[in-house]
Amino acid sequence: MLMPESRGSLSEAVFRAMRTGETSGLAEAPPSDTAEDAQVTLWALYEQHYRGFEDVAGELEWDPQLIGVRRGLEQEFERTLRDRMPEVPEPDGFAEKFFDFVADHDGPSLAAHVHRKATEDQVHELLRHRTIYHLKEADHTTWVIPRLSDRVKAAVMELQFDEYGGGDPNLLHAHLFVRGLQDSGLNPEYGAYINEAPLEVLEENNAMSLFGLNRRLRAASLGFLAAFEATSSAPSRLMAQGLKRLGFPESMIEYYTEHVEADAVHEQLAVRTICGALLEEEPELHDDVYFGAFSALDLADRYAERMLTRWAA
Amino acid sequence: MSGAGDPSLDHPDVVLCPGGPMLLRGDHVVEDEDGNEHRTWRPVSAVCRCGASAVKPWCDGTHKVLRKRTT
Repeated sequence: MLMPESRGSLSEAVFRAMRTGETSGLAEAPPSDTAEDAQVTLWALYEQHYRGFEDVAGELEWDPQLIGVRRGLEQEFERTLRDRMPEVPEPDGFAEKFFDFVADHDGPSLAAHVHRKATEDQVHELLRHRTIYHLKEADHTTWVIPRLSDRVKAAVMELQFDEYGGGDPNLLHAHLFVRGLQDSGLNPEYGAYINEAPLEVLEENNAMSLFGLNRRLRAASLGFLAAFEATSSAPSRLMAQGLKRLGFPESMIEYYTEHVEADAVHEQLAVRTICGALLEEEPELHDDVYFGAFSALDLADRYAERMLTRWAA
Repeated sequence: MSGAGDPSLDHPDVVLCPGGPMLLRGDHVVEDEDGNEHRTWRPVSAVCRCGASAVKPWCDGTHKVLRKRTT
């Protein structure tokens, strides 16, 4: 993947520094013009820790100047996310309260729109945006694994092993999406559509990396995972039915039908054997589990609101 | 073989989730209500217990909808 296009003064300065390797001037980098400018900058800085960019030297992954810019943007983003938080449930009876918290959260549904009304063009646009996450599906949770106790670590691996196809690349979830994209006439290349990604997609992806890459936020990462899995099965079925209605290829439909079944397992594991076990060991992390969970729900809502408004749906 | 003495590390083959599915760890063959056999293939599979799943014998999360309606 090549570096994305800049979206303002900050991303322009940081991306130039990344491409040239001349990062010493970044202490005086301009502030971000907009939230989008800040988020695309943060996204590119995080991407260095995933697959990286062909036009950026690998040594810059840990460049102190770039890490400094990342820290500033992360702190600001974490404050924004925390300011959005509602009150969280009491800590007793965690699993049932968590499922209730997710069930009681009402948000706009993109899957319901795809199910009945969306046009083929709208679904193509949605799938292009979804590539930003689905082509590295589950990777943000993998960052957390070495930061956990034996019991919680094994529980996360039990779920991740399924995400990664049980070791078979043909069944790896991100690869199922690649096949669906290919057959749908979309570009399956990693990062191909980053310049189209709206603010809300960048925020969602950055929240996953923020939680995954900071050990102190490990509970938020696992809470994000639990809420994400607990809101996946039913919408995935609606997506599959909508794609069928529009005549999408079987492989794209299969990506979503696989998630109906897989995520009905994963939500139980994520809530009970992962977050539940984590909180038995470290009860003080309770609110951070909900911080991650609410962020997952709220960021999905924000994206859905943008797209449904844009499509006047 | 699980747990090895430490109760917090129990790793049962079958887990009944309150108000939810039955989790099966490992390889099993599940016979559905019509006598058809379904082999598990995931590390963990979830078998429907509420009777309302559209992908039986597997769980599809529909129990949550039923639960919400009755509370």
